[in-house]
Amino acid sequence: MKNKKIDKQLIKNIAIIVVVYAVVAGLLYGGFLTRQFRSLLVPVCINVILAVSLNLTTGFLGELTLGHAGFMSVGAYTGALITMNLNLPLVVEFPIALIAGGLMASLFGVIIGVPVLRLHGDYLAIVTLAFGEIIKSLINAMSVTNGAMGLSGIELHANYKHFTFVFILTILTIFAIKNMVNSRQGRAVCSIRDNYIAAEAVGIPVSKFKVMAFVVAAFFAGIAGVIYGHNVGTLKPTTFDYNKSIEILVIVVLGGMGSIKGSIIAAVILTILPEVLRGADEFRMLLYAIVLIAMMIFNSSQLKERILANDIVAKFTKVKKEA
Amino acid sequence: MALLEVKNLGISFGGLRAVDDFNISIEKGCLYGLIGPNGAGKTTVFNMLTGEYLPTDGSILLNGKNLVGKNPAQICQSGIARTFQNIRLFSKMTVLDNVKVALHNEFNYSLASGILHLNKYKKTEKAMDERALEILEVFDMKEQANTLSSNLPYGQQRKLEIARALATNPQLLLLDEPAAGMNPNETAELMDTIRLIRDKFDITILLIEHDMKLVTGICEQLTVLNFGMVLTTGTPDVVLNDPEVITAYLGE
Ligand SMILES: Nc1ncnc2c1ncn2[C@@H]1O[C@H](COP(=O)(O)OP(=O)(O)O)[C@@H](O)[C@H]1O
Ligand SMILES: [Mg+2]
Repeated sequence: MKNKKIDKQLIKNIAIIVVVYAVVAGLLYGGFLTRQFRSLLVPVCINVILAVSLNLTTGFLGELTLGHAGFMSVGAYTGALITMNLNLPLVVEFPIALIAGGLMASLFGVIIGVPVLRLHGDYLAIVTLAFGEIIKSLINAMSVTNGAMGLSGIELHANYKHFTFVFILTILTIFAIKNMVNSRQGRAVCSIRDNYIAAEAVGIPVSKFKVMAFVVAAFFAGIAGVIYGHNVGTLKPTTFDYNKSIEILVIVVLGGMGSIKGSIIAAVILTILPEVLRGADEFRMLLYAIVLIAMMIFNSSQLKERILANDIVAKFTKVKKEA
Repeated sequence: MALLEVKNLGISFGGLRAVDDFNISIEKGCLYGLIGPNGAGKTTVFNMLTGEYLPTDGSILLNGKNLVGKNPAQICQSGIARTFQNIRLFSKMTVLDNVKVALHNEFNYSLASGILHLNKYKKTEKAMDERALEILEVFDMKEQANTLSSNLPYGQQRKLEIARALATNPQLLLLDEPAAGMNPNETAELMDTIRLIRDKFDITILLIEHDMKLVTGICEQLTVLNFGMVLTTGTPDVVLNDPEVITAYLGE
């Protein structure tokens, strides 16, 4: 009985994915997108990956962290250095870069995971913030990353021309995080958020799962970084400062802590919005702020609960089926 | 050999000697009560037994194995489970998931098979669901499986905590004031449930309780704690007629 319901949900999700892809790809490859919107496709995907993965630590583990951009930069530089130094065909070198970037970022996830075991709340937020800045300084100081000059001439393996591939990566990330959250490991992570004393008392090795959440989140932030580098073609240490971390956190908070759907929707809106508002010139930041506030209000309203619970969608489909 | 053998257990918080020279011996299958006035140190004993607090002195032996120094998760895996005086549910999770968290160590699959939804994941999750529902059934809570645990009425939240503790498959179950806040009907029902789980799950139960009807109704052995020290130990009718115990409860 329950399985059937899950399968139905899966089918619905796949249908949504196919429709979204068909519409966007149709617009893109049909040449209907302006340059401005075309250039937003990959950043939207990147922010979705970043937000969904940050939700793992912030929403599901319940730890406020401000170092996500740090993991992203580790991935970005690792990936870029790999494709710049390997002269292999795209289909070989880019997947290598993605995996290596993800793994390198998760290695840093282990390192940051250790203070996480001792700190909570504001303290942890500050430590992770500092951590991101340390990574930035390291990249700034190292010669292999070309210091403050950064890297340029990175092959554009992930720009809008490769939208399909980036889209697939994004979907894979979403499913990976979603499946993890619904696994026994994900339940362990959520139980720590809800009550870590009770979690320990029912036999959950709390430390292990805290680190695991950080490592997995870092892995996908690393992947997002690799995509970023291969979309823009250049990397500078300053790209990944705490502003970027806060930007991702804002997306997660607006989308709703612990809501993957919310993270996705908020990432799409908040990536496109600043570009759309470009025309409004001096009012741009004001409008942006107003939208943020409006989303926050919507967030705590009943309407959102009902939409997320698919009441409205369900009503339509029901009517159709029973008719 | 007794299932639980606690010797000379003591703990100090700064200058406060919260529990001193605490001894208890609990036979397998026993329904044992730990009573005493508020602030006597009963919850502190539970916290030491479960590794929440590190005792300053003494030893805790479960089946002859020392538990002092192990962390709460390890102690849970050694076979002691507990409920809390102040309910500690996983409030943003469903009733079913609350129980499934506690099945974590008994049902295993890797993160990879979870993420990739491999066969092992599906099979194990199905088995977990079945087991969790089976346990909820004992508490008459199967219908609430998909309810958010924080939306349960108080009495059921207490029951869910017991169900969750049982899901860890303990040998010894510690209940900290399970009837607190319950009305007489709920308490009577709870008494039946406690007896039932002792028999059905073949476990030993140590409970803290103020409700004397529950204590005299189901406990076979009692230990009375007062100011962190054991006042007396014995069967309920003997202990509760002890003048010292009566004074401890009613004051001089
Ligand atoms: N973590 C702690 N730090 C300081 N004092 C504590 C701590 N835990 C318990 N105590 C003290 O130990 C004494 C016994 O408390 P407790 O075990 O909760 O009593 P009860 O028998 O009512 O369960 C109280 O005086 C309490 O203040
Ligand atoms: Mg107490």
